[in-house]
Amino acid sequence: MIRPFRVERRIDAPAWLNWAIPVGAVAIALAAGAILLFFLGVSPLAAYTAMFKGALGDAWGISETIVKAIPLTLAGLAVGLAFTMVVWNIGAEGQIVMGALATVAVVRYAFVDSSAAMFAMMFLAASIAGGLWAGFAGFLRARWSVNETITTLMMNYIAILLADYFIYGPWRDPSSLGFPMTAPFPDAARLPALWGTRVHVGIFLAIAIAVLFRVLYRWTRWGFELRVIGNNPKAARYAGINDTMNILLAMFVSGAVAGIAGMTEIAGLQGRIQPGFSGGYGFTAIIVAWLARLNPLGTIFVSFLLGALLVGGDTLQVVMGLPLASVQVLQGLILFCVLGGEFFRNYRIVLSGRGE
Amino acid sequence: MRKSWAIAIVMAFLLAATAAWAIAPVPAKDIKAGFVYIGPVGDGGWTYMHDKGRLEMQKAFPGLTSSIVESVPEGPDSVRVMETFVRNGSKLVFATSFGYMDFVQEVAKKHPDVVFMHCSGYKTAPNVGTYFGRIYQPRYLSGLVAGKMTKSNIIGYVAANPIPEVIRGINAFTLGVRKVNPKAKVKVVWLFSWFDPGKEKEATKALIDSGADVIAMHADSGAAPQAAEEAKVWVVGYNNDMSKYAPTRHLTAPIWNWGMLYKYTAEKVEKGTWKSESIWWGLKEKMVGLAPYGKAVPESVKKLVAEEQGKIVSGKWDVFTGPIRDQSGKVKVEAGKRMSDGDMLSMSWFVQGVEGTIPK
Repeated sequence: MIRPFRVERRIDAPAWLNWAIPVGAVAIALAAGAILLFFLGVSPLAAYTAMFKGALGDAWGISETIVKAIPLTLAGLAVGLAFTMVVWNIGAEGQIVMGALATVAVVRYAFVDSSAAMFAMMFLAASIAGGLWAGFAGFLRARWSVNETITTLMMNYIAILLADYFIYGPWRDPSSLGFPMTAPFPDAARLPALWGTRVHVGIFLAIAIAVLFRVLYRWTRWGFELRVIGNNPKAARYAGINDTMNILLAMFVSGAVAGIAGMTEIAGLQGRIQPGFSGGYGFTAIIVAWLARLNPLGTIFVSFLLGALLVGGDTLQVVMGLPLASVQVLQGLILFCVLGGEFFRNYRIVLSGRGE
Repeated sequence: MRKSWAIAIVMAFLLAATAAWAIAPVPAKDIKAGFVYIGPVGDGGWTYMHDKGRLEMQKAFPGLTSSIVESVPEGPDSVRVMETFVRNGSKLVFATSFGYMDFVQEVAKKHPDVVFMHCSGYKTAPNVGTYFGRIYQPRYLSGLVAGKMTKSNIIGYVAANPIPEVIRGINAFTLGVRKVNPKAKVKVVWLFSWFDPGKEKEATKALIDSGADVIAMHADSGAAPQAAEEAKVWVVGYNNDMSKYAPTRHLTAPIWNWGMLYKYTAEKVEKGTWKSESIWWGLKEKMVGLAPYGKAVPESVKKLVAEEQGKIVSGKWDVFTGPIRDQSGKVKVEAGKRMSDGDMLSMSWFVQGVEGTIPK
């Protein structure tokens, strides 16, 4: 049988591929999207312009994109840390919820009228809650090799139901006429908004943690150990690296950062929780982490672009009158092409008759 | 004398300031109404009916345009969506689900020249009005039909979220059922979601398995009627005529007529006479009604429903008129007394005849 081409593993990828592949993938996605838009009876150029203008065209659009990018960055960093050591934390969503619940608990039971004290307490409580939630799955994995993909995934639903219990039950705001929502936070428990926009101080936390992770991966012994465990657990054990302890610790830190994302969302944007408040950031974070290739600073960049994609989607609906479904197809096309493009970093296609 | 002049001047300023709150007339072509939807237009129920109302409004006002954003979560994202409408020229924004309440307030504060209408909430502002309908009235009427049709005396009720709106509907329905059939029970299953066709179907099947031979529902899609049709049990739809989901099994449905409210609001905004109000219209105003009956509904039942409907429309009687007992048998509304709107809007207990609990 003659095959027209074959797939070959790249031995070493040239550096220009690192930017050429994503740029090429987006170009292909936009071209494919243009065909789709054309058949929907919409001018592709007008649609892309509207999308760009909505998300990045002015200060407001950029501020809203940043608002989306903050939780995506934090959650992306969280899961990225676990992925670095090939521990599959699929539970950022639940860890975000636990962080948010801890934040509400602090406001309910330990409120003091000082923004600084509240911030410190909410930060600590949210990171511990998220950390323990992930740490439990980490413990099961480290101690008894329980598959953490399953446990972290399932624990998402437990966390969400737990939140529903509190929102419908003991934490329901008595002045809400029976509607399920917690009481609004007092001002001292709200994260200050910046520059007259909805961007809150969570942005500094996201950047600081990204930088911290960068330093951790690059220049610390622990970061090195995490990577060795990820690349070759047997070699790590042989070298005397304690993988049990490291899995536990990494899951705790991973969950803690996700918990902080929950805290900044609630204290920064909503000021109370109601059913469905978590918004799926924990799941999108998995895409973010992979698109960023687990690079902490890349996570910020990818989150910003993904935020822009989501914000631009609204404008497509409002200005171009496109239904949500076609906006999602467009967004999906772009993500699919970019993720699919990763394949060509590691493999190349060789036409038969050449390079034999 | 001087002092009273000073007071008069201050008063005049204050009056001028409040007058400034009144929204200036907006020509139809500049209204550019924006609609925030909780689900997709294709849900076949709640959002579908709002969209139908939107199109009716658009037709009634030549030059008026509108735009929508579907499936907006009830969270901070809704703020961005409403801002996007305003930034693209909307002078009138409709938010069509309860959970947008705080976020409507947040955006409305920043744009005092834009009219916001929030469906089913209770917070108003100088430029925020609320609107909803007394859907409990047709719910009661549909309960009369269900009570007459059940043979097993078990009626299943697929219910979205344990909030006053849904509880009120279950109670009104049950009062209707028990008026014609005091032996019947209404079994409630909570979905904890507005739009989840998979769950809606599962809940319906579970209720049928536990003996229900009539299904009633409060959810956004047509999944429950579909499941009822498959299992060959009667079903009372909701939102719109759901007979296309259950062609042989659909009895009737309490339905919405949002178009009249949307036209009413657009007209006021166009004329500059819009004022913040809390609208809660019923059968009398035709904001709610009953879908056409299925073939199986006997004439005698139709006659009974028409009589009861007449009592409600005339204002002589309303659904929550005593005696009404709660599940424990305690009298909650004395005989002959009518429940206040406030008590109805915050209802958080079940009437006698409902089998189920409200999460506390």
